[in-house]
Amino acid sequence: MGRKNWARENELRSLESNLPYEGLEKGKQPNRYFPSNAIKTTKYSLLFFIPMNLYEQFHRLANLYFVGLVILNFIPEVNAFQPEIALIPICVILSLTAMKDAWEDFRRYQSDRKLNNMPCFIYSRKEKQFVERHWKDVRVGDFVKVVCNEIIPADLLLLYTSDPNGVCHIETANLDGETNLKQRTAVSGHPEFEPESFNGILVCEKPNNNLNHFKGYVEKPDKQKVGAGIESLLLRGCTVRNTDHAVGFVVYAGRETKSMLNNSGPRYKRSKLERRLNIDVLFCVILLFTMCLIGALGHYLWLNAMPVVPPYLVPPTSGQLDRPSLTSFYMFFTMIILLQILIPISLYVSIELVKIGQIFFITNDIDLYDEETDSRIQCKALNITEDLGQIEYIFSDKTGTLTENKMVFRRCSIMGTEYPHKENAIRLAVLDEPEAEEEVIFNQHAQPLPTRWSLDSEEANVEDTHGHGSRRRSKVTGNAQSDVAFSSPLETEVVPDGKLFQKISRTSSGSLSHSQKTDAYLDFFLALAICNTVVVSMATTKRRRVSVSPQAKHTNTPLETLSKDSEENFQPSGQTEGVDTTGLQPCSPHPPSLSDEPALTSDNLRYEAESPDEAALVYAAKAYGFTLLSRTPDSVSVRLPSGEVLDFEVLDTLTFDSNRKRMSVLVRHPITKEYVLYTKGYASILTGHGNKKNIATVTQRHLDCYAKEGLRTLCIAKKVVSEAVYKRWSVDRKNAMAAIENRERLVMDTAVQLEKNLTLLGATGIEDRLQENVPDTIQALREAGIKVWVLTGDKPETAVNIGYACGLLEDEDLVINMAAVFQITCTNILDCTLEEVRRYNADPRNVDTTQNMSLVIDGLTLDKALSPDLLDRFVALVKHCRAVLCCRVTPLQKSRVVKVIREKLKVMTLAVGDGANDVNMIQAADIGIGISGQEGMQAVMASDFAISHFKHLKKLLLVHGHWCYTRLANMIIYFFYKNVAYVNLLFWYQFFCGFSATAMIDYWLMIFFNLFFTSVPPIMFGLMDKDISAEMLLGVPELYKTGQGEGDYRFTTFWVSILDAFYQSLVCFFVPYFVYQDSDIDMFTFGTPMNTSALFIILMHLSIEIKSWTVVHWIIMLGSVALYFIVTLAYSAVCVTCNPPSNPYWILQSQMEDPMFYLICILSTVVALLPRYRVCHSLSSVGLKIFNCPEFWGVFVTRFDLCTSLTAMQL
Amino acid sequence: MMASSYSAKDEDGHITVSGPGGGTLRNKKPENTAFKQQRLPAWQPILTAGTVLPAFFIIGLIFIPIGIGLYVTSNNIKEFEIDYTGDDTSSPCYNCAKNFSWNNTKSCTCTIPFQLDQPYESNVFMYYGLSNFYQNHRRYVKSRDDSQLNGNIDSLKVGASSPMASRKKKKPSKECEPYASIDNKPIAPCGAIANSMFNDTLKLFYNDPNGTSVPIPLTSTGIAWWTDKHVKFRNPVGTNSNLTAVFQGTVKPVNWHRPVYELDTDPENNGFINEDFIVWMRTAALPTFRKLYRIIQKKNNMAPTLPRGNYTLVVDYNYPVRSFEGRKRMILSTISWMGGKNPFLGIAYITVGSVCFFLGVVLLVIHHKYGNRNNSANISN
Repeated sequence: MGRKNWARENELRSLESNLPYEGLEKGKQPNRYFPSNAIKTTKYSLLFFIPMNLYEQFHRLANLYFVGLVILNFIPEVNAFQPEIALIPICVILSLTAMKDAWEDFRRYQSDRKLNNMPCFIYSRKEKQFVERHWKDVRVGDFVKVVCNEIIPADLLLLYTSDPNGVCHIETANLDGETNLKQRTAVSGHPEFEPESFNGILVCEKPNNNLNHFKGYVEKPDKQKVGAGIESLLLRGCTVRNTDHAVGFVVYAGRETKSMLNNSGPRYKRSKLERRLNIDVLFCVILLFTMCLIGALGHYLWLNAMPVVPPYLVPPTSGQLDRPSLTSFYMFFTMIILLQILIPISLYVSIELVKIGQIFFITNDIDLYDEETDSRIQCKALNITEDLGQIEYIFSDKTGTLTENKMVFRRCSIMGTEYPHKENAIRLAVLDEPEAEEEVIFNQHAQPLPTRWSLDSEEANVEDTHGHGSRRRSKVTGNAQSDVAFSSPLETEVVPDGKLFQKISRTSSGSLSHSQKTDAYLDFFLALAICNTVVVSMATTKRRRVSVSPQAKHTNTPLETLSKDSEENFQPSGQTEGVDTTGLQPCSPHPPSLSDEPALTSDNLRYEAESPDEAALVYAAKAYGFTLLSRTPDSVSVRLPSGEVLDFEVLDTLTFDSNRKRMSVLVRHPITKEYVLYTKGYASILTGHGNKKNIATVTQRHLDCYAKEGLRTLCIAKKVVSEAVYKRWSVDRKNAMAAIENRERLVMDTAVQLEKNLTLLGATGIEDRLQENVPDTIQALREAGIKVWVLTGDKPETAVNIGYACGLLEDEDLVINMAAVFQITCTNILDCTLEEVRRYNADPRNVDTTQNMSLVIDGLTLDKALSPDLLDRFVALVKHCRAVLCCRVTPLQKSRVVKVIREKLKVMTLAVGDGANDVNMIQAADIGIGISGQEGMQAVMASDFAISHFKHLKKLLLVHGHWCYTRLANMIIYFFYKNVAYVNLLFWYQFFCGFSATAMIDYWLMIFFNLFFTSVPPIMFGLMDKDISAEMLLGVPELYKTGQGEGDYRFTTFWVSILDAFYQSLVCFFVPYFVYQDSDIDMFTFGTPMNTSALFIILMHLSIEIKSWTVVHWIIMLGSVALYFIVTLAYSAVCVTCNPPSNPYWILQSQMEDPMFYLICILSTVVALLPRYRVCHSLSSVGLKIFNCPEFWGVFVTRFDLCTSLTAMQL
Repeated sequence: MMASSYSAKDEDGHITVSGPGGGTLRNKKPENTAFKQQRLPAWQPILTAGTVLPAFFIIGLIFIPIGIGLYVTSNNIKEFEIDYTGDDTSSPCYNCAKNFSWNNTKSCTCTIPFQLDQPYESNVFMYYGLSNFYQNHRRYVKSRDDSQLNGNIDSLKVGASSPMASRKKKKPSKECEPYASIDNKPIAPCGAIANSMFNDTLKLFYNDPNGTSVPIPLTSTGIAWWTDKHVKFRNPVGTNSNLTAVFQGTVKPVNWHRPVYELDTDPENNGFINEDFIVWMRTAALPTFRKLYRIIQKKNNMAPTLPRGNYTLVVDYNYPVRSFEGRKRMILSTISWMGGKNPFLGIAYITVGSVCFFLGVVLLVIHHKYGNRNNSANISN
């Protein structure tokens, strides 16, 4: 058993069944080193909560600072207040945070417990059957039975299913949100599988978090290895569907399962504002130290000026006064304690609160809600809301982001003949008609648009799309609820082209079975129907698969060994009749009687595809009578127009990958017995392979045509493989599949090897329609000063066309097309263009006008342009470009582009995409936005925000982004101001108390002041203030520019506020000072009008900043004032000796009887706020609408011209 | 797009355990309420010339009269001040001040003649003023025991010798250190504030034109806050009503000449509730301050409280201030509703009011001259 150590340490694990060891003590169990299936996501344990939580919290610098101050306070030489009281603020903050953490942890604990106690079936050797246990009892090496609709408890290697084909369907919605069913196949086809007979050893890789990847093999006692991939792995958290039951071998359990490894919790990103904030906190620290230094120095000078010891200088307990230098040294620390609130500790807590509120408002915005999919916007990153208001570059995917990714089959070209499908185009136009009618009411012109995308007039095309975009501005297309993906009538119903239809029916009129001639037309449609991974389901019975009836399968399953797999697995054509009796594989143990023969009309067939292109093609094939009836891993049945059903044996499926850019299906033709490879893929790869020259060129021309119209093109090809070639290839393939090292590459190589010398059959053009309001949104974003880039995998022609359609490119733009094969050409183009730009800008005639330049670049050229020596030139060029279109880029290039722009230009970037190919880009950008569209949820999982339509970006950025940013920026500035203003009162007093760190305000009241009286209004300000209304922000996108670059929150703004705070505190201190100079005023009576007018000043200052007052504002503002008076009055009435050295007893009461108190408060408040009020409002009275005073100096010029439009809109 | 390879790095939260097919139809549509949609009816202060200008004028119009009123009131207050520090050789108190220290037990008396040019009609308040005396020093302010002053008998107990026991048995608060106890006997009242209590005695004589010197009656009660005298400060109530017995076992502060129970003969003004003591204990906010010493009550007849003429101030010079370059003053003042004489507030109000008014005028002019263009633009749009 030297295997144990090997299993732990090596790259690979080998697992064996637990059953032989059942009942033995733990030390004898072979799999004891692997974690059990019980999960624990809690951070703390009950016993150690307090120390662990404190440890966690002290990781925050702010908390350490606070604790340091408290400790300082316990040193008698230094303390400023009673040390016990100084503990209060930190205790409040720490315990609030601890309470929040404890609650969250408790929630986690509850959900853990619920999960761990879910029931499941584990095989027991003693009882010779599966017995019910809990999830937490599952161990690696167990055999677990899962039944239909049950959640899988651990990562299982599928060994047996009730399905005769060895297939198990799972729904991975819990993992990645994708609701389409996925097929998993059993590793070895044991029809009567018995757990006890499993005697192999499973060798697999170490646990990792890749959901789409698994490699391993089962080593049988006879050293035979059977490969196992992700297609045989049932992942924890998925749901079993359409399969009565399945048995799996536990590979990974508990925290080692793929779903748990993926569960890394919410992402943490630091916003730009927060980074700036930290700099300002640093400034505050410097300010604090300066003030303390002044205090210490002042104290030293004051002491030195003293000739003898005066009676008011109290020596320490020892009775001996320290030297002045030492006393001043202590004084420095005392000053830090006194002036500590200069560093706004509560700011961090407040920011967190405000961000939670902002996210609440964003997610509750009804405008960002999508009826169709019933989804709100999801905020996954909790702390970068304000970054939404600072975006300068948007990188967008095209397919599914700008376009709907609802693929509509538009036209095709078969063997060099073009079929334009005019009838279908008319149907699509009719589908749009209802909206057009609605729009008539608003727009006086409603041009009937019979055909769009007509080949004849290209100019009309562009106009059409523009018209199209605006017509659909207000309505969601009528294809609402869709149970199954890609099944709106728009996509499912294709009206066949008359000519083509006739041709098809002619060719297939005679029975195909005995016509040996393979007609290219038939092949073309067969390829459409077969070459895909579409899963067929019945419309009437949702989520139940059509599959081959059991008896048909039983005849040909003598499969004991996998080595002989598919060759013997093929079905002789004589059995095709059996396929006709397709039945349902019921979910429940009591199947509905098969007698009510489900009518297998083509109407109730539903296709579920992983990509919408596939579905569109299958529907197109169906329109011509080639109906895909069912698909299992081993066979595909297609009904021909003649009504005959062909049952193809699927020998292999070469799945799509972005390197090959194609997929193929290798089938054995039931009639001709030929091995046929059907391939579909991007044109550039298919053409140029062995084919008739003229067909290839004609098809190429058609393809170019399609691309110009913005259609997505796919080429369809086939290849007949001889048996010898296939045999040889299949051995290679099998080896590649079983390989552990380099498996992907080997598998790909085998695919490429086979996909050679294909015969071109034809090409298809699929339309991907623009989403609603895309041109409008892009226009608005551009007006907002955001540069929009489109990065797409499509070909340049398609991309440019979509670019024009969505308004990214405009007719008068200068479009630079960069397509260079060689480095040197690329360099030349860059240099020339840059020179031209420089000349243009240098030209005095062009001072005011900026040339609208756009760049179109393809992936290959991009690679060169991003090479280190050209990078700077490329960046310099794109800085001048209004729009950039990158075509044919790989996911990696997308993220590369984002990173380069983000780092080189130091701008805020946003990436938006919907597919797996956008994940890299989404993660590279400052803000990643996922569109929950048609292509699963991978982009959404990786994103910070997930929206359902591109148009939502407009409100999200222009309104919410702007609000979140200005609100937070203003709140932070206000916080700094507030603390500086208040602390400075104490600082000025030091000049009159010999720099002895005396506070003239009772310490409790000081704590209350920050904790209660002035804490809620700024949070409310950060949550609810609206400097500009949503309508205006949407109407005048230029307003967004205030947030870009430095934005509202900048160096000057900060310092203007700090200076204002200094001024206000001066007023607030010296008005009472001059009034009470040389009077019998006592210390705390002196502090009371100051505290009161500070409250008024600080609140009134906020009132000036608040741009819109709602009921909530009034309540909170007046409430704060009321709270101050009530609490202070109560405190000074009750507390006779409770806070020994300082004694506020009856002070406020006696002050409130004194008219002077009110006169002082009024005067200080008015004088303190007059400058701010005057600067703000006297300017606005002269006609300059200034939104916020501090920014006035910075953005005066840019805002000046806005004012006219703004006032115009207000009226 | 059919890409299949990706790495989903971040996945949020837990596996949600939902029953089969359940919970998928829930409507997630946000509520369309004014609050959630951020559409609460809001008042947006639109700042046009029409709303801002009146604000300036109103401030001006309100502030200027208030300022004038304050200024006039302040001017009507009569105040007389005499410095008797005695650091000048010409000063009558020079001899007293020259070689005086806290250790002197024998008091030194000096006589200062002065003249009032105006008669003082109403009640006259007599203050003593100190300069450069930092009663607001942090350590000084703290150096007191409020619970002792509030009559807590425990704070007068003898501190036990062992520190453990002393914690249970209260004694003067440690804040009083080093003026808490002498030879293990608690000081009553403890602390630096009490220790440094002002102990000059001021007497006032009116020099009749006919040559006789008439002592002016000085009221020594009613000078402290009512709440201080009746709530904050209390004599300890022991088994004995006799103050001397109550303070048995305590010692007087170092600098005091008499123990606390001999501050006054009136039992209602003796001990901790002695008003001079209470006034001193209310620490001044600024280093130059005055404290109320006596009140000269207006007599019922028509004669002024202090007629015009010559007066003599007789000082029992006990309080040394020269050591810290302090000064001592005696102030006579009448008061009004706004307290003592203070022209600042009146002037400030007048100034601010005028500035606002002026600003209003300037803005009005600007608005008239340049604002029209803008206004018309607004309307035409």
